Amino acid sequence: MSSQVHGTQHFDKAKRAEVKFSDEAMNVVQTIISHYPEGKQKSALLPVLHVAQAEFGGWLSPEVMDYVASVLKIKPIEVFEVASFYTMYNLKPMGKCVLEVCQTSSCWLNGAEDIVKYIEKKLNIKVGETTADGMFSLKVAECLGSCGTAPMLQCGASYHENLTYEKVDKILDDYKSAGKLRSYTDHDYKNTL
Amino acid sequence: MKVTIDGIEIDVPKGTTILQAARMIGPEVAPPAMCYYTKLKTSGGYCRTCIVKVTQGSAANPTPMPKPVASCRTEVMDGMVVENFTNPDILEARKGVVEFLLINHPLDCPVCDQAGECKLQDLGYENGSSKTRYEFKRREYEMIDIGDKIKLHMNRCILCYRCVKTADQLTNGRVHGVIARGDESEISTYIENIIDNDFSGNVIDVCPVGALTDKTFRFKQRVWFTKPVDAHRDCKTCCGKTRVWLNGEEVLRVTARKDQWDEVEEFICNSCRFDHKKKSDWVIEGPSPVLRNSVISQNHYEHLNELKVQIMKQQKALGFMPIDKKP
Amino acid sequence: MGKKLLIHNDKVANIHTLEVYRAHGGYASVEKALKTMTPDQVTDEVKKSGLRGRGGAGFPTGMKWSFLAKPEGVNRYLVCNADESEPGTFKDRYLMEKIPHALIEGMITSSYALGAKSSYIYIRGEYFYVARIVEKAIAEAYAAGWLGKNILGTDFSHDCYVQVGGGAYICGEETALLESLEGKRGNPRIKPPFPAVAGLWGCPTVVNNVETIAAVVPIVNDGGEEYAKIGIGKSTGTKLISASGHINKPGVYEIELGIPVEEFIYSEEYCGGIRNGKKMKAVVAGGSSVPILPTELILKTAKGEPRLMTYESLSDGGFATGTMLGSGGFIVMDEDTSIVKNLFTFSRFYHHESCGQCSPCREGTGWMEKILKKFLNGTANESDVDLLWDIQSKIEGKTICPLGEAAAWPVAAAIRHFKQEFLDVARNKKFVDVSHYNRLNKINA
Repeated sequence: MSSQVHGTQHFDKAKRAEVKFSDEAMNVVQTIISHYPEGKQKSALLPVLHVAQAEFGGWLSPEVMDYVASVLKIKPIEVFEVASFYTMYNLKPMGKCVLEVCQTSSCWLNGAEDIVKYIEKKLNIKVGETTADGMFSLKVAECLGSCGTAPMLQCGASYHENLTYEKVDKILDDYKSAGKLRSYTDHDYKNTL
Repeated sequence: MKVTIDGIEIDVPKGTTILQAARMIGPEVAPPAMCYYTKLKTSGGYCRTCIVKVTQGSAANPTPMPKPVASCRTEVMDGMVVENFTNPDILEARKGVVEFLLINHPLDCPVCDQAGECKLQDLGYENGSSKTRYEFKRREYEMIDIGDKIKLHMNRCILCYRCVKTADQLTNGRVHGVIARGDESEISTYIENIIDNDFSGNVIDVCPVGALTDKTFRFKQRVWFTKPVDAHRDCKTCCGKTRVWLNGEEVLRVTARKDQWDEVEEFICNSCRFDHKKKSDWVIEGPSPVLRNSVISQNHYEHLNELKVQIMKQQKALGFMPIDKKP
Repeated sequence: MGKKLLIHNDKVANIHTLEVYRAHGGYASVEKALKTMTPDQVTDEVKKSGLRGRGGAGFPTGMKWSFLAKPEGVNRYLVCNADESEPGTFKDRYLMEKIPHALIEGMITSSYALGAKSSYIYIRGEYFYVARIVEKAIAEAYAAGWLGKNILGTDFSHDCYVQVGGGAYICGEETALLESLEGKRGNPRIKPPFPAVAGLWGCPTVVNNVETIAAVVPIVNDGGEEYAKIGIGKSTGTKLISASGHINKPGVYEIELGIPVEEFIYSEEYCGGIRNGKKMKAVVAGGSSVPILPTELILKTAKGEPRLMTYESLSDGGFATGTMLGSGGFIVMDEDTSIVKNLFTFSRFYHHESCGQCSPCREGTGWMEKILKKFLNGTANESDVDLLWDIQSKIEGKTICPLGEAAAWPVAAAIRHFKQEFLDVARNKKFVDVSHYNRLNKINA
């Protein structure tokens, strides 16, 4: 979360006109909406935002949020309130792979700090930054429920556990050689329902 | 239903909250409330300043409630016994709440338009410490305009949610809300949308602090130098019953009328509030009632004058030159 | 070997599929309940079992169910709380990942008891891959007729859906979870009304933890009385414990409630002792929010009796000398661990996860984190220890939801039992962290 979310974003009407779910994504969205009683389509907001984030470049621009509001027939501010509350929604563009290193108790007890420092050095970025080539963003996360396999990091939907420096090297190499892999494509929303 | 608050018993209808019951008894037992607002549904519960101790749940089940409860959101039960000002733990807890509300507050009262009618000022004066124990950098936000007549000064906000509920319940298209979370939460509009609605100005009146202020009044005058009068006009949009704040013949600002708990009696429209700034626009009914303990109160102000005179006398006796007489 | 009821089949190949699960006796509770029992009889068995909520609070499940309002013509809902986020806890993830049908079977049987036509499983967003496993299992269950219209040819129809969250610990609080499920910010609601009266979309709702719902399966299969035979006193049945930290064998263990803490930590069946030949320093027994205890108090109560893995024994002595079973997030720390720094990670966590609705938690959690940061920077004073104590006492019990307590208790307990460590750091104006020196390669090499 960055303090003062507003003011950093501008609404582009031309861009907004271009935002539209693909037919495939729209089908997924409609299926999600069908899980809730008539008139309760707002309930679909969290899962639909995940689909939107996957569909529109790994982050939620104001135009995308406005579009989601129109799909769910709710006010744009309701989308903005929710998107800015939860940590998984990115409100600014991110790298293709977002590395989230857990830093809470059990992971810290097992060396999470060293993992963070190691990645910082290796990628030459600090926490919160993205590499110049746009490949990696580094974030720290609070407990991801992997305490028994600490330390760990999450990238997209994948959990990488029992980390060592060697393991980190391999993970980064794998993502880099895959190249086009984006964290959100791991979510693979198309096969989720 | 019978409820006893600080030793005073009162009969209230079912569904009455502890806070409402306490207000029925009077200010001597009524807890302070920063976020609750009678006219706004689902308001209250957030600030925790109105917490009280329920020492007896009801006549039928006399068990005390284990934790302090928010009096604004807890309904009375028959035979309930409540302690507010008589319970030292509650006073200490409230002092804690006030401290929490102030640690990130800029304490910029000298340049804040709300000074003199600020609920946080009153609360701090009555329940706070004179010194802060907070030694870190305070939260800071840029000031923004939300609408052409309303200034949002987020640094001062205590996140009472009143303005959000006002927009939800009074207007038909809420465009502002609470975004982000935790201590980074802030009131904001959706990107660059502005609040533009006939009743949007009411968010200024419900704001307990100086976070939302009337741009047409900003820095015009200290409230205690203005004279509030109750006035009305024929208005097609709202009730037209307002409080007009005068400085001589000049109308400095227009607000809704407020009751003894500082809550709006009837909400007013933006046209009354912002567009009728001539004395001739209004039928003046007479001076508004002002609480004796308010700095707006004439008596209080005379008292301050008296103090000033005494200080000047002492300064003279000690051989100081009064500041305003210095060459 | 202790008795296992929930994850006894976790090592069976392909147990995540309906076919294998069914071959190992899966869905028997649905058959038994729908064909031979009334909904109230199912609830009675749960009451008899003494099952207590496994999410952390330990509230009797049967009683929670019996509070559910049943007005005519109004939908009722069962919501599964799979928003497992309490640091140190990862048992629900394990259960859903390995044996997803155990949860779905429990959802159907429980929904039958509650008269719920639909149910939702709210899974934390970070567990996206787990959500997919559960979704696939649900699809299998629909295809085989365990979900949908007229299950097993009875009048009972049921739909079960998964919803993923967006990343917020607070959604583990049941009313925040409901808000989130309704597509809103995860702000806990002000109670009353409780979900049993006005929950999801204002309808009567029961919210239960994953493990609680899965435990309904053996309770219905074997009977509540049989279940209650396991355990001691009011701590009946088995419990999943997530063990982590400086132990030889971190992981999820199903224990019979009542085994000694010492056995759990040191026996080969469970944690296998402290790694690298180190001594144990402290344990957080039930997830980050419960009070930390030093070795002597976690192994034995203040009265000198062996501490047992039960709700009662762990809380023996109150917070002065005891703790809580909580969610079963069991974090073990060795002698090199800095309690100060561990507390800092907890406080940072609660600061990060505060929803910001009520002032003591919104402002207090961040303040505590900042003061603890001073200790790590070597700029803390001795008076900061008292200040921390005072701040936590002003948060505890003053907030809308239990996150206030969750943030306050770890601070209070760390100071209560390890005050000297804080004072030493403050006096020396220097923080030396030896706790994970070069451990990374040593352990995982």
